[in-house]
Amino acid sequence: MDVRKGEVVCIIGPSGSGKSTLIRCINALNDIQSGSITVEGQEVSDPKLDKLELRKKVGMVFQQYNLFPHKTALQNVMMAPIKVLKQDRKAVEERARALLKKVRLEGKEDNYPGELSGGQQQRVAIARSLAMNPDVMLFDEVTAALDPETVKEVLQTIKTLASEGMTCILVTHEMGFAREIADCVYFTDRGVIVESGPPATFFDEAKDPRTREFLSQIL
Amino acid sequence: MDSASIIEWLRPDWFFDLTVVSDEYNRGRYLAGLWMTVQLSVISIFLSLIVGAVGAAAQGAPSRTLRVLVGFFVAFFRNTPPLVQLYFFYFAIGTVLQITGDDGRPEPLVSNFGWAIISLSLFAGALNVEIFRAGIEAVPKSTVEAAEALGYKRLQIYKDIVLPLAVRISLPALGTNLVNLVKTTTLAYAIAVPELLYVAAQIWSEDLNVQEMMNVLLLSYVGIVAILVWVLHHWEKRLRIPGYGR
Repeated sequence: MDVRKGEVVCIIGPSGSGKSTLIRCINALNDIQSGSITVEGQEVSDPKLDKLELRKKVGMVFQQYNLFPHKTALQNVMMAPIKVLKQDRKAVEERARALLKKVRLEGKEDNYPGELSGGQQQRVAIARSLAMNPDVMLFDEVTAALDPETVKEVLQTIKTLASEGMTCILVTHEMGFAREIADCVYFTDRGVIVESGPPATFFDEAKDPRTREFLSQIL
Repeated sequence: MDSASIIEWLRPDWFFDLTVVSDEYNRGRYLAGLWMTVQLSVISIFLSLIVGAVGAAAQGAPSRTLRVLVGFFVAFFRNTPPLVQLYFFYFAIGTVLQITGDDGRPEPLVSNFGWAIISLSLFAGALNVEIFRAGIEAVPKSTVEAAEALGYKRLQIYKDIVLPLAVRISLPALGTNLVNLVKTTTLAYAIAVPELLYVAAQIWSEDLNVQEMMNVLLLSYVGIVAILVWVLHHWEKRLRIPGYGR
């Protein structure tokens, strides 16, 4: 698997097939048992790896948003750049407000996560990751916990990001979205990548029987 | 006791004929006892919170030895009666820890007030360790993971994410323990610390007004605990997060 700068990659596959494990290995949240991953020339499986340096380059958005519940939306976005990157508070606040505006949450800056809907929380989470200016964004089934109406607003946000040239790796069950946005789609089953290809060929002319079976079940 | 004598006992006259109000000497003793109880309470609460926070942090430490030691400490103070602990400190350790005074005779290194503080702080502190640990464990792992993914260091996560959330989760149980601690200060009576119960017993054995002093005693504790509960309640309210926990 190879992801180039600015590329959007979707990983699909049945539950327990290793999709999430794969992207969690990219920012060292999971340990790598075998094989290797290189992010911007940095070997992730290297035992001497500086995890903090790696994680500054790789942003991640989770299924359950995982916002800090005791901080407002704005504080959630501002915290990491101030505490981790030691950036100037004023500049960070300006950028954080712009990011919240970008994910269309203007006016919600001072709301706590508990006061926001799932879709709004997820967009705060996206803004929180973007505030670190990552080179790659990982999305781990970010719409799986949302109700259907709010899925769209989150997907729209990701689409905007992708169109601006952000490198994105998504684990998703939204096939329509994958087809529309991805440069390349990967299918995993039982811990291995079975098949991959550009969405047009992947969805319509899948070669592997496992891929075909999976697609026939959900499409 | 028949019903007439119960009514007799509840008769409000006693509130109007109190030697702690009418007699200046008794009033002074009562206020000194009250002040002693407040000191015991405030200092023990403060120290027990420190013991709890340090103990809970140690229990999450990578060192196995440290975790086992904290486990023993908690088990010892949780599984033995506080009165026995107090006696143990005062009579067993207190008699060993002695220095030679100016007149050449042995003097205790730690006063009975000091032992009461140490004993009460460790007793309540051990329970605080458990309370804080439960709070820390209740912070979702996924929240910690989000901080990790943002590049936070371990200590930063503990300080900025885990502790603020753990304190909020711990508060109700902590309140119960601290209220109990205030009531447990009466045990200091057993090693002759002149706190509220001690002075009340002095007064009623001289003035033979046991029932009145009982009422005074009970009302005093109702008042002290009410103040503590009020403080805790306001703390809880200040820390409340809009929309959280619903």
